[in-house]
Amino acid sequence: MVAMYLSNLRRMVFFAAALVATVAFAQEAPDAMVKRVSQEVLDVARTDAKVQAGDQARIHEVVDGKLSPYFDFTHMTALAMGRNWPTATPDQQKQLTAEFKSLLIRTYSGALSKYRDEKIELRPLAANPSATDVTVKTLVVKSGGGAPVPIDYSMAKTPDGWKAYDVIVGGVSLVTNYRDEFSQQIKDGGIDGLIKTLKAKNG
Amino acid sequence: MTRAVRTIALLVAAGALAGCAASPTRDDPFEPFNRAMYAVHEPIDEHVVRPFIDAYTKFVPSPVRQVISNFNNNIDDLFSAINDGLQGKPDKMGNDLGRVLINSGLGLGGMIDIASQIGVERGGEDFGQTFGVWGFGQGPYIFIPVFGPTTVRDGSGWIVRLYWGPVGYIPDVPFRNTLYGLGAIDLRYQAQDAVSFVDQAALDRYAFIRRAYLQRRLYQVYDGSVPPDKKEEQ
Repeated sequence: MVAMYLSNLRRMVFFAAALVATVAFAQEAPDAMVKRVSQEVLDVARTDAKVQAGDQARIHEVVDGKLSPYFDFTHMTALAMGRNWPTATPDQQKQLTAEFKSLLIRTYSGALSKYRDEKIELRPLAANPSATDVTVKTLVVKSGGGAPVPIDYSMAKTPDGWKAYDVIVGGVSLVTNYRDEFSQQIKDGGIDGLIKTLKAKNG
Repeated sequence: MTRAVRTIALLVAAGALAGCAASPTRDDPFEPFNRAMYAVHEPIDEHVVRPFIDAYTKFVPSPVRQVISNFNNNIDDLFSAINDGLQGKPDKMGNDLGRVLINSGLGLGGMIDIASQIGVERGGEDFGQTFGVWGFGQGPYIFIPVFGPTTVRDGSGWIVRLYWGPVGYIPDVPFRNTLYGLGAIDLRYQAQDAVSFVDQAALDRYAFIRRAYLQRRLYQVYDGSVPPDKKEEQ
């Protein structure tokens, strides 16, 4: 009887601990998350022989594996589509999101293969603890001199933790930049035209 | 001279007319004209400028390239200091003046960037930003072959800058032209990372460069904190 009680207790404690760990991870502060994930990517870029040799497939794998879980690509695509988003069918939305994600990952991979000796500094986060939408400001410092590059991440709180929906490099928002491009493509060839252009770019 | 002026006026009028026909965006009223200029620019950049910059990167040792960048940056820092003053930013002006003094003296005429090594950041102000701080909008976007993206406001800033630039006061013509040449090469060299990024990211390079340029300049005018209501304008 006592043994059973103890075993149950142990199981309960184990579940409680697991639950706390999950919740803690999901609620990792957005700035801490950005710092950790950026550092992980840079560490791989510095140490992985294949990445250093410029193996595109491996770089793509690293970027996709390490970064994708922390981005809300559907949110990003919806913002870049602006008022055209609701006019797309659910299937078109799915295709747009997949292609846009692929384009962003390829672009990031291209940038990553050039940079390796960077240091990431966090700038103080000006947000109150109950905020559900924050901008995490970082500064990328190059080891070889040159001006440091400010990179900001717009992040929203989701049920799966904080996720980024825009990246702002030196004041240039990626989402804003693509909004122009997307609306032009849609004007010229409709939503399917945009999907086709994205596919061709990624192909 | 008058013929040149007339030609330019004609080009601008033609651009304006073409612009009206194609219902372009608000910040790029001459879009069809600009796109034509971009079409001239791209092959020149691809077949002449880029191979040259690649060769420069490959054959000129990195420390030498760094010296050339530092020398040009030092002149820019001097103009940044002037613009800090024009924008009423005394702290930044002190920083930039300090940089110029340190780098011109200890840094051997600007060839070594000692100021950055001891943590004095570059101000990065220019005349275009000063006009912006004074309340002038960007005005129409302009794409100039080889030179790249600009606007009426920023282009005016460049004209002021080139007119006053200290290099112009050097009496020895070949030496002066060498410095101008190195300045231009360095400018393009420093932009190479951004150009590669555009190649990778853009669906329509012309539109991508335009939006990135306008966003970047807005950010610079507000020194990194653009008020939310201004962001909507772009």
